[in-house]
Amino acid sequence: MSEEAILQVFNVCKAFGGIQALLDVSFSIQKGEVFGIIGPNGSGKTTLINCITGFIKMSSGKVLYKGKDISNRAPNQIANLGVTRTFQIMRPYYSLPAYKNLVIPLFSPRARRTGGWRGGGKLGDRGTVSIDILEEIGFERDSFVPYKLASSLPTGYLKRLELARCLALRPDVILCDEVFSGLSMSEIASMVPLIEKLQIDGITLVMIEHRLRELFRVASRVMVLNFGEKLTEGVPEEVMQDERVKEAYLGSEKASDYI
Amino acid sequence: MNEQLASAERRKERIDRGIKVRTEGIYAVSSWQEVTYLVLPRLTLIVGLLLLPFLMPSLYWNRVISIVGIYVLLALGFDFLAHYVGLVSLGGAFFIGVGGYTAAILNKSLGLPPALTIPMATLCGAIICTLLLLPALPLRGVYFAIVTLMYPLAVSRIIEALNILGGTDGILGVASFPNRWVEQYLILLIVIFALFGLRRLVNEDIGLVFRGVKDNDQAVRASGLSITLYKAIAVFIASGLGSLGGAYLSHIYMWSGISQFALDFSVIPIAATVIGGGGTLVGPLIGCFILVPLSEFLRAFGPLRIVIYAVILVVVIMFRSEGIMVYAQRKYHQFERWVKV
Repeated sequence: MSEEAILQVFNVCKAFGGIQALLDVSFSIQKGEVFGIIGPNGSGKTTLINCITGFIKMSSGKVLYKGKDISNRAPNQIANLGVTRTFQIMRPYYSLPAYKNLVIPLFSPRARRTGGWRGGGKLGDRGTVSIDILEEIGFERDSFVPYKLASSLPTGYLKRLELARCLALRPDVILCDEVFSGLSMSEIASMVPLIEKLQIDGITLVMIEHRLRELFRVASRVMVLNFGEKLTEGVPEEVMQDERVKEAYLGSEKASDYI
Repeated sequence: MNEQLASAERRKERIDRGIKVRTEGIYAVSSWQEVTYLVLPRLTLIVGLLLLPFLMPSLYWNRVISIVGIYVLLALGFDFLAHYVGLVSLGGAFFIGVGGYTAAILNKSLGLPPALTIPMATLCGAIICTLLLLPALPLRGVYFAIVTLMYPLAVSRIIEALNILGGTDGILGVASFPNRWVEQYLILLIVIFALFGLRRLVNEDIGLVFRGVKDNDQAVRASGLSITLYKAIAVFIASGLGSLGGAYLSHIYMWSGISQFALDFSVIPIAATVIGGGGTLVGPLIGCFILVPLSEFLRAFGPLRIVIYAVILVVVIMFRSEGIMVYAQRKYHQFERWVKV
C-alpha cells in the first residue's frame, strides 16, 4: 500500500502570525488516482498546495514524494521532480503569445532532459512542441487561438494554459487549484474529459474544487478541510453524508434552529 | 467622376501587411520590395554608424562619438534589464567604474595591452558586479534600483576614504589605443554587435524565460526554473556591457578615477531609454545619439546648458512619452503606397 503512495503529507502546520492556516494535516495519495480537496472558503486548501509545492514554507510537517523528502524545497526544484501545480488566479505570461508561454516550462531542466538543449528533440523545436501540447489541451491548432497574446485570451483558455504549463514539464503529479472556477457550464463540460484523459495518461491529480458535482465525477477520494484542520477523508458519497462536513458547508443545524 | 475613376484604378496598400500575414515573427519574404522594406532601416543604422567617424572628422567630435558609444552600451543594458527582465538598474556607474578600474589595474600592474585588458575587464567586471548584486536579486522594481544605486556611491567613497587604487587621483598612465580609427571603429562595432546580439537574445528561448521573469516570476518558478539564476544571467550580460564600456573609457582617457562612478552613467542611459523608446533596444541607442551630442552642443550656453537640456527632456517626455523609436516603428509599419488594382 505505502509503496504505491506517490505523495505523502505528514502533520503539515502553517501559521501566518497568529492565524493557524493549517493544523496537522496528513494524507497520502496513491499513484494514478484523482484526489479531491474540498472545504469552505478560507479553510486552507490553497495554503496546503502552496506548502506542498514550496511556494510558502510550512511551520512544521513533512512531505514525501516517492518516498523522498521534499519539504520546504524551492518551488522550481519540486517542479523539476515532477510535482507541478496550477494557480487559482491564472498566471500566464500576458505579454507572450499562448504557445510561447509554454516555451518557458519546456526550457526547464526537467523538460530539457527529454527534449535536449535545442527543444523537443526529434519532435521539433520548442515552439512546435508547445503547439502539440496546446492542441492536446484543447487549443485548436489551425485557429488563431494558440498564436494570440495570452492577455487577449478568455478565462477558459487561460485555465487550460495553466494545465498546459504543467503538462510541458511531463509531470507525475499535478496539483490543480480550482481549474473549474470562473468557467461556464459548457466550458466545464469540455474540461472534464481532459481531466479524465490526464488520469488515463497515468498522471496523479490533486484537485481543489468548489464545483462538487464535476469533482465527484472524476475524484476517487476526497478530503475535507475546515479552518485549517482535516475533517474527514473518503469516497465522495460517504464524505458528504458526514455531519461535520454538512455543518462546515451549510452551518450547524442547531444554529439554524435558533434563527 | 474623375476621382472615382482614379480610386477604382488605384488603391492604397500597406507594405508590412503581406509580410505580417504570412509570418508571425519569422520573415518569409517573397519579393525584393519586401526584403528592402525589412532590411532598409537596419542597414541605414549600421551604415550610418560606420560612416560617423568620416562625417565627424574633428578630434573633439571623435571623442564625443566614443563617449556616446559607451552610453549606448549602458543604455542597452538598462533597457534589456528593465523591459525584458523586470529589473530597474541604477548601477550603470558601478558597471563603468568596476570595468574601468579593472582595465586600468590590469594594464598598469600586469602591463597587458588593451586588446587583452578590455575582454578581461569585461569578464571580471561582469563577474564582480553579478556577485555583488546577487543578494539584491530577489528584490524587484524600485527596491532593486536603490540597492544598485548604493554601490557606485559607496565604492567611490570607500576608494576616497581608504586611499586605495590611487585614491582621489585615480590610476594614471593607462595605455591608449594605437590611433583614433581603432578607437572609433572598435566601439562602433561593439555597439552594433551588442545591439543585434541582444535583439536576437530576447527572441531566443532563453530570452522568453527572461521575459517570463518580468511578466510573472511565480509562474517561472512553477515551471521549474530558478528565477535567481536567470536574473543573475541577465545582470551578468548587462554588467558585462557596462564593464566593457568602462574598460574602453579608461583606455581612451588613459586614466581611471572616482569620476567613473559618477551618477551620469546611471542616469543618462535611463533618459536615453525614455526618449528613444523603452523595450525596443534600438531606441536607447538613438536616444544616446541624440542626448549626448545635444548636451555637447549646449555647452555654448554656459550655465544655462542644464536648464535647456532639462526643458528638452521634459518636452519630449510630455509630448512623445512613448519614445521616438516606438513612434517611428509604428509610422514605418503604417507606411502606404499607391498600387494599381
